[in-house]
Amino acid sequence: MTGGPAGAPVPPIAVVAFAQTRHAAADTEHTEAELLAPVVTAVKERTGRERFGFTCSGSCDYLAGAPFSFVSALDAVGAWPPIDESHVEMDAAWALYEAWVRLRKGDVDTALVYGFGKPSQGDLHKIMTLRLDPYYLAPLGPDQVSLAALQARAYLDATGIGEDALRAVAAGARAAGRANPYALDLPEPAAGDPYEVAPLRTGDCAPITDGAAALVLAAGDTAYELCERPAWITGIDHRIEPHSLGARDLARSVSTALAAERAGLTAGPPVEVAELHAQFSHEELILRDALGLPPGGSGTADTGDPAAGDQGTGGGDGSAGTGDPGDGVAVNPSGGPLAANPVMATGLIRIGEAAARVHDGTARRALAHASSGPCLQHNLVCVLAADPGAAADARAGDGEGAG
Amino acid sequence: MPSDPAGEPVAEPVGAPGPASAAGSGGSAGSPYEPLVARHTLEFPGGYTRSVGPVIGRFMTELRDGRLVGVRTAAGKVIVPPTEYDPETGEPVAAPGGDAGGPGNGPGDDPYVPVGPAGTVGAWSWVPRPRPEHPLDRPFAWALITLDGADTALLHALDLGPYEPGSGPPKRFGAGARVRPRWRAARTGHISDIECFVPEVTTMVAPSRLDYTVPAGEALGRFLAGLAERVFLGGRCGSCAKTYVPLRVTCPACGRRVTEEVRLPGTGTITTFAINNIPDPRAPEVPFVSAYVRLDGADIAMLALVSGVPAADVRIGMRVRAAWADEVGPTMASVKWFEPAEPGS
Repeated sequence: MTGGPAGAPVPPIAVVAFAQTRHAAADTEHTEAELLAPVVTAVKERTGRERFGFTCSGSCDYLAGAPFSFVSALDAVGAWPPIDESHVEMDAAWALYEAWVRLRKGDVDTALVYGFGKPSQGDLHKIMTLRLDPYYLAPLGPDQVSLAALQARAYLDATGIGEDALRAVAAGARAAGRANPYALDLPEPAAGDPYEVAPLRTGDCAPITDGAAALVLAAGDTAYELCERPAWITGIDHRIEPHSLGARDLARSVSTALAAERAGLTAGPPVEVAELHAQFSHEELILRDALGLPPGGSGTADTGDPAAGDQGTGGGDGSAGTGDPGDGVAVNPSGGPLAANPVMATGLIRIGEAAARVHDGTARRALAHASSGPCLQHNLVCVLAADPGAAADARAGDGEGAG
Repeated sequence: MPSDPAGEPVAEPVGAPGPASAAGSGGSAGSPYEPLVARHTLEFPGGYTRSVGPVIGRFMTELRDGRLVGVRTAAGKVIVPPTEYDPETGEPVAAPGGDAGGPGNGPGDDPYVPVGPAGTVGAWSWVPRPRPEHPLDRPFAWALITLDGADTALLHALDLGPYEPGSGPPKRFGAGARVRPRWRAARTGHISDIECFVPEVTTMVAPSRLDYTVPAGEALGRFLAGLAERVFLGGRCGSCAKTYVPLRVTCPACGRRVTEEVRLPGTGTITTFAINNIPDPRAPEVPFVSAYVRLDGADIAMLALVSGVPAADVRIGMRVRAAWADEVGPTMASVKWFEPAEPGS
């Protein structure tokens, strides 16, 4: 048992409620706060709590083009009397990480975490260029898709896999997304779809999506008060690689593998569900390799898509009703980011989707992954389980380790 | 987000009725107006001035002079483009001021080492439709280029030549290609002092043309003169009893002078033929048929075009006759081609 700051045991922490918007491909004429309000309201209703011990959000001011735009989003939370609040200028999966760390202190037992993104207001791929090294990269203007395509090429060249494997991932993700009411209704990728940036075609790239998500973390017994089947965080860790693309092996995700190891992924039984923050088809393949998941197309084996089914992906998907929890893992049964990508909420949604599988009883152990930075630079792995025992030993990414 | 007083965000209302400050505040629900929007620009007018520090500064200074340098880490790896730290360990690579400071860089040793200018392409992507902020306005590649002497790769644009907008990636290009920078004439110490990279030279085009004036000569001159009168002239060897067409001065078999001129009819037989799919100045329409035609009474076939019949229907042994041009003269062009002859001819 890991000791807290004062030597007190650190309580296990669980995801107890999750809500997301029905994500939209076009501007729904709502402000960010208006996008967010329904999902915050939903998790408040689900938990019966109006106030939380800690609040943390993830968003990107560049999406709105206004400094401190996340502050106005607090209107959706209600921050008076003053609340204990923080924000990360990252995907809200990292806000969840901060909240998890905060809860380990032991003095509060609930946390509200939310993320939102409204890329329809600007040019997302150009905005993403601004996160690049400002000396050597950003002045050249490489957009997000161009860089992702570099990584795709590196992966295809290193593995000898053909572009058909990318198409299979895209087809599987879109098919699963069509079955997910929160994801976009995107057509089957066509063979003749043009290259966005070769070797990536339109279907290989996450769609521009507006949306928001919120979830509630609770510690110890409080989790049982708020949720019938809490999704206990048994391990969470994040690792980052050099920013310079030329200093990395783009064909592999070393940071994901390390984060997974640190989060105890391999220390327990196999996961039944894996939600991966793959914004491009090849990213799913690289992440599968790093996480030791079977190679293959996204989504479920019963999507009716032969390409996806032939990849050996097992079922185990709750929403689409397949069942193969014995020897397979359902990868992105939600469709994943290729079916809906409300940036800054996308990673948090992976955790929420995985937790929801535990909540509804379709999975005993689930994996969620979130990513940040160009070409999978920074990766977070979160392992969730129905069994709280493992969560009591949850590993800290900062090396505090399990006792 | 970073906010700097040097640049004020600029907001300007556009086209929407009502006050701009109301834009987006209430959504469309219940609004008597069309969806209210405002155009908003976030900009540092004139650009944001950044300090580069000694390490990046050295690279940029060398770049301005048209040179490429990397920086050596304590482990001996050469980082290009240089960073202040070893990307693997985080250890500093050089002390401020540009002196050798990193471990392993002895006093007085310059940690900056020349690299390139040539390099090798690793990962690359192909942009069929460049965006306005891209460095090239025609389809191009992004590439991670490991410059000669470097251990890490530099990202830059790669110009592979003129491609139509929307073109797919070139088939015969890939990792391992050798490239070099195309420098701008006016350089300022900026990563775009390299306009882009271009492939090393692997092929060239050599001009190749010689002009001649060729006389027809005695025998061919007689033959061509015959064509001007719509007659094929052959020569009969008195020794071998063979008739050659076109007319020759000597018999190719025995070497004796050919003295007997023979007038041959314009009919003959195809002895072999080829269907050609590459246009020729004399036969611009493809496919066309070239054939050996042995004129009746001749012992040797001559090369001619065949027309007036689908290419697929041409056969060895087919009877043909010459089709004369409307205007004839002492030239091979007097015979347009051979075409199927009427049965019995």
